[in-house]
Amino acid sequence: MNKPQKSTPAASSKAAPKPSNTAAAGAIPNDDGFLELHYSMLRVRRVEERLLQVFSEGKIPGFIHVSIGQEAVATGVCSCLTPADTIFTTHRGHGHTLAKGMELKPFMAEIYGRANGACHGNSGSMHVASSEAGVGGANGIVGAGLPISLGSAFASAFKGEDSVTAVFFGDGASNQGTFHESMNLAALWNLPLIFVCENNGWAQFTSQKSYMKIDSIARRAEGYGMPGVTVDGDDVLQVREGMRAAVARARAGNGPTLLECKTYRWFGHYAGDPQKYRPANDLEQTRKVDCIANFEKFLIGSGLADRGQLDAVDAGLRAEIDEAIAHAEAAPAAPRGQFLNDVYA
Amino acid sequence: MKETRYIKAINEALHEEMARDETVFIIGEDVGAPGGAFGGTRGLLQAFGERRVRDTPISESAIVGLALGAAMKGLRPVVEIMFADFLPVCMDQIVNQIAKTRFMFGGQFTAPLVIRAPGGAGLNAGPQHSQSLEAWFAHIPGLKVVMPATPADAKGLLKSAIRDDDPVLFLEHKALYATSGAIPEEEYLVPIGKADVRRTGRDVTIVTASRMVYQTLEAAETLAGQGTDAEVIDLRSLTPLDKDAIFKSVEKTSRLVIAHEAVKSFGIGAEIAAMISEEMIDVLDAPIARVGAPFSPVPFSQEGDYLPNASDIVRAVEKVMTY
Ligand SMILES: Cc1ncc(C[n+]2csc(CCOP(=O)(O)OP(=O)(O)O)c2C)c(N)n1
Ligand SMILES: [Mg+2]
Repeated sequence: MNKPQKSTPAASSKAAPKPSNTAAAGAIPNDDGFLELHYSMLRVRRVEERLLQVFSEGKIPGFIHVSIGQEAVATGVCSCLTPADTIFTTHRGHGHTLAKGMELKPFMAEIYGRANGACHGNSGSMHVASSEAGVGGANGIVGAGLPISLGSAFASAFKGEDSVTAVFFGDGASNQGTFHESMNLAALWNLPLIFVCENNGWAQFTSQKSYMKIDSIARRAEGYGMPGVTVDGDDVLQVREGMRAAVARARAGNGPTLLECKTYRWFGHYAGDPQKYRPANDLEQTRKVDCIANFEKFLIGSGLADRGQLDAVDAGLRAEIDEAIAHAEAAPAAPRGQFLNDVYA
Repeated sequence: MKETRYIKAINEALHEEMARDETVFIIGEDVGAPGGAFGGTRGLLQAFGERRVRDTPISESAIVGLALGAAMKGLRPVVEIMFADFLPVCMDQIVNQIAKTRFMFGGQFTAPLVIRAPGGAGLNAGPQHSQSLEAWFAHIPGLKVVMPATPADAKGLLKSAIRDDDPVLFLEHKALYATSGAIPEEEYLVPIGKADVRRTGRDVTIVTASRMVYQTLEAAETLAGQGTDAEVIDLRSLTPLDKDAIFKSVEKTSRLVIAHEAVKSFGIGAEIAAMISEEMIDVLDAPIARVGAPFSPVPFSQEGDYLPNASDIVRAVEKVMTY
């Protein structure tokens, strides 16, 4: 692994140009961590690109949902969290899980359904979890992670710890009753919880416009008594800024925030989705916004990195992924009947 | 031993376990100052404070989900759902989340929590407040399901449930709350997964649980008067099911009747009958009979007509004995 070193403070001078899609002036914090953000986003993308590839080769059982194009949300949010903090994620959770720090090998082996997968091969892509990395699990039921995240946040407060919890969910999930129940309870009890709505404009085959009256999901926060903030989910620095404020608020005991990150779903709902429901120009428009390309432009333009450096990071990632894939493919399938051992203590 | 009401026994178990283990907390609607809709959590707020006794909004999914998240982080929540009929409101959290947590995450996270909920008819509470839904939950791998009939079992099983490392659905019977029985003075536990032989007999085995234990014992007395010696097994736990106790008894009696308050179709009686047919049909001297409620919601004003009773059990046994 060639994880980048923290960039030196001198490298991130105030004169650094903003990434092209950063809206607010002065939104760039004069700090380190830019190269780590880049690394994290690129890692998610490269992993999911490989997943699409091996999936199409029939090597992965079941089905997978990728988050390509949405990496800035996963990275921006998780960059504000420590290993003691917990996230809960969704069916589209590879990015969140990796950005939170889950090791690649047990992740990959689980998706391959191997005995040495993080979940013993019981669960696959939709339920990857890592207690070590503070990933309380992906979830196959839309909106179901929200109530569970309440308990994680509750436990932090109960134990007097300053850890926080973040729960990812989609625009579609914001219409589940669990969203509303959870927002109300979290606000009422001032829970150290950040509701991260990853709004990619689509719920499976249906666009947001056709299933809700309002554009802004963040507005719903007001109805429950918590701040609701919308950020450009394709700008990792904006996501990080929004998340930083929300985390600071939560750690200080001031309660939850709803952070809506507007982004785009580059691929189908599931790998292999022909997307006949999607207007032709929608896909084209969508891919014009590339959070990683934009950020690379920013890094190079501001002198924080040069192309060669970024390419080296990419090469390192590809090697790491090759290794994890080889590890998963070489691993034995779960022994017959082993799943029975995980039902009860 | 001391005479104690069923609801008081539950309350005692909660007091004792909260005093013993700092990680136990109570969560539910009206569980704080009001002490629960039926008094199960009385005095807990005064004894343990708001941090550990949490009144909630009417949000069953949030309540049960919160319990799961807290359990995943090492706490031991005890949830009160006001009526078992409200469990379907939070069914996803129970069936898809709680029951599968250990399994889905390969043991990285577990769900040591208890959900208490009163089921059953007898209070004329109508179609949405009287159901016996235990078979639904017994059908779900990953859950444990218990349904005590006596105050002693209610207390001992609840204490075991709170200490258990798996999620336990603790089904109380609301018509038993006011009944009383002897419980030990000293601390004790009743193990989950162990049935109790309430009456020994040679001629027929009657397997039952919860409130139907009393109807069954009454039937057994009547039958004794007619010269039939019935053995009565109170399951106490549905999952894990004490197969040994059932099998041992049926081996002895060669005749089996299963009696439960829930609708007969697709109930636990069907499961037990199928199990015996599959594994020991040869010992049977007669077909297995089931006693359960008719295939109808619980009628508010005609519970007496609807609920299976001692005479239904007597009739079923007579049929089995005269085969
Ligand atoms: C309760 C439930 N309803 C429906 C589905 C099927 N389903 C899976 S993902 C999805 C769309 C979710 O949309 P959104 O919340 O916006 O998340 P995204 O897929 O865009 O990340 C649907 C309908 C499900 N898994 N669970
Ligand atoms: Mg969506």
